Amino acid sequence: MDNTDHKPLLEVKDLHVSFKIMNGTVEAINGVSFTLDRGKILGIVGESGSGKSVTSYSIMRLIDKNGHIDSGSIYFDGQNMLKMPESQLRQIRGNRIAMIFQDPMTALDPVYTIGNQLFEAIRTHENVSKKEAYKRSIDMLNLVGINEPEKRMKQYPFEFSGGMLQRIVIAMALICKPDLLIADEPTTALDVTIQAQILELLKEIQQKMGMAIILITHDLGVVATICDEVDVMYAGKIVERGTSDEIFYHPAHEYTKGLLNSVPTLADDHDLKPIKGNPVNLTCLPKGCAFAPRCDKCMKICIDEVPQQLEIDKNHYASCWETVRLLQEQGVIDITQKPEMKPIATIKPNDFTCPDPLTPNTIKEMKSLIKHV
Amino acid sequence: MKKKDKQNTEEIKDEPIPDDVILRVRNLKMYFPINVGFLRTKDLKAVDDISFDIKRGETLGLVGESGCGKTTAGRAILHLYKPTAGRIWLDGKEIKTKEDMKDFRTKTNIVFQDPYSSLDPRKTVEDIIAEPLDIHHAYKSKAERHQKVIDLMKTVGLTEEQANRYAHEFSGGQRQRIGIARALAMRPEFVVCDEPVSALDVSIQAQVLNTFKELQQKFHLTYLFVAHNLLVVKHISDRIAVMYLGRIVELASDKEIFANPLHPYTVSLLSAIPEPDPEKARNNKRIALKGDIPSPLNAPSGCAFRTRCPFAKDICAKVRPDLREVKPGHFAACHLLDDNGGVNASAPETTAEKIKDVEEKIEESNKAK
Repeated sequence: MDNTDHKPLLEVKDLHVSFKIMNGTVEAINGVSFTLDRGKILGIVGESGSGKSVTSYSIMRLIDKNGHIDSGSIYFDGQNMLKMPESQLRQIRGNRIAMIFQDPMTALDPVYTIGNQLFEAIRTHENVSKKEAYKRSIDMLNLVGINEPEKRMKQYPFEFSGGMLQRIVIAMALICKPDLLIADEPTTALDVTIQAQILELLKEIQQKMGMAIILITHDLGVVATICDEVDVMYAGKIVERGTSDEIFYHPAHEYTKGLLNSVPTLADDHDLKPIKGNPVNLTCLPKGCAFAPRCDKCMKICIDEVPQQLEIDKNHYASCWETVRLLQEQGVIDITQKPEMKPIATIKPNDFTCPDPLTPNTIKEMKSLIKHV
Repeated sequence: MKKKDKQNTEEIKDEPIPDDVILRVRNLKMYFPINVGFLRTKDLKAVDDISFDIKRGETLGLVGESGCGKTTAGRAILHLYKPTAGRIWLDGKEIKTKEDMKDFRTKTNIVFQDPYSSLDPRKTVEDIIAEPLDIHHAYKSKAERHQKVIDLMKTVGLTEEQANRYAHEFSGGQRQRIGIARALAMRPEFVVCDEPVSALDVSIQAQVLNTFKELQQKFHLTYLFVAHNLLVVKHISDRIAVMYLGRIVELASDKEIFANPLHPYTVSLLSAIPEPDPEKARNNKRIALKGDIPSPLNAPSGCAFRTRCPFAKDICAKVRPDLREVKPGHFAACHLLDDNGGVNASAPETTAEKIKDVEEKIEESNKAK
């Protein structure tokens, strides 16, 4: 690629997304920023509710009606996705950005044949003859490793196994040769041996077609298998970002360390050191670092101030006060020492209490709702 | 066929059960009749003739892909399904009559997979946990019942104040703890854990796994731990049984099975594990399996794995391999293994030679017959 014209394929800047629910607003994404170059595989890991899926849905502008993109920008190939009219967006969805969903059984329409659904993708976006579309569908099915594609084109989704269906979903996503493929937990519903097949296939096709992939998963093993770069998300923020080697061998954020310690490995029978507590309540985030209530190395500053993103190494960022403290000790960075940066012995539960969701106001609202009904 | 079964069971009768074996399962079969046409049914062989022993205080891991019958096996052992055939001994006593069954129920229990659907949404946590106590009349007064529930809640890491709440007020990990407390209510000796952590997040999963380990030491429990995640199973188990299409294909200690897998299925299953280690992932040469698991309705003849096995031979289609001890404590069901467990499936050259040997042996035995 030309160095002078180096523009990332996707650039997400300070994205905020929230959802309105009965007792408040869920701040699903609080300032996510990342870039993705062409031909790279980016893994987004995090636990359920960390905002990894919402991030990807926001890129496609596919979030639910009660959700709202509050601020931020998403540039795809130089175009702002958030300011695009729906008609233009439709030309990009499925064509230049394609998506693979978690459950292949529900991603396909049960009343149409596989062939019919494959055609649809091509004929919506390109002006091609049926013959041409048929030929390309067959080629695509061959590429994803489906035997006898001519026969398979006439079959319905229920006639396939889970692994086969996921292959078809991949074929459908790739049929317009997208620049970006978003795969939302593509192997979670599949068995281990099938998962290995699908991951291998994704990697192989990525090398052949040279597209970029965003792989969303909660499985650290899957990330290690195929990703170049990794974003670790917690409570709607990217808490750490780096190459997969950096993340797995030199994790900086306490949450990443905790995650890696919670997974059993093949190598030895080390004791699992789980992260204590439960994921945060997204309707009322702590004032400071969202991970502070569960963190073993929580300091006073963690409760009071949100940690800023810090470049630890080239392409390795983390937002954690503990990392700042460590780097300061080593003399790598120089920030005037704050007195709050000392570990506190015990975390008081009332440091993180949520306001009661049933405020007089909400009760009033509910009452009026009931009356209305 | 029936005659043969009878002979088998009678043989076992004479076999003494050692003291350290808490649960013995022999020739367990669980078939489900499936409608395949007008007034026609066919047996779906979910569990097809499995036998094993579980020693007191150990954890036996049962792994396999979806549809291999691991959950059904766990449930059939506890007689949650009535097994089609097979015999089960607990503490050296066979479960035969209704009386046996009552005793069996107090000594065994199960933790279910989905903490969201296995708890009654209309009961308080106290009532959920006390249900086994209610059924077996295990208390004299309300106060005793309450005290027992509170003790149980504390042992699994819940607090006293939570006793009056409903299941929906808890997170996934906490619900699973409620499920565990319920399973432990009658102080069982043997607990079947049916995918207890697969619905949980990674960090919560580790918490619950540690709880299982602590409780095992505290109450001297024996677990049958059913799961599809091999890393989880390796972490918690002392011995591991690998299932494929209703049959156990390999059974050995956890270290042995990971260091020296013998059955080709186990080899490929282990190589498919995505490990959280990029360096290893780059160097890992997968033994990719072709295709999917066949439907258990039309299981292949002979060795069930032969349709996906890269080393399959004619013999595999004809004769069903028995689970036999190829090494001390290491059982495998494969024609390609000699009696010393010598063949390594990752070395095809040697395998070819061994196959020849096996074929010759079989021909000889056929002639002898």
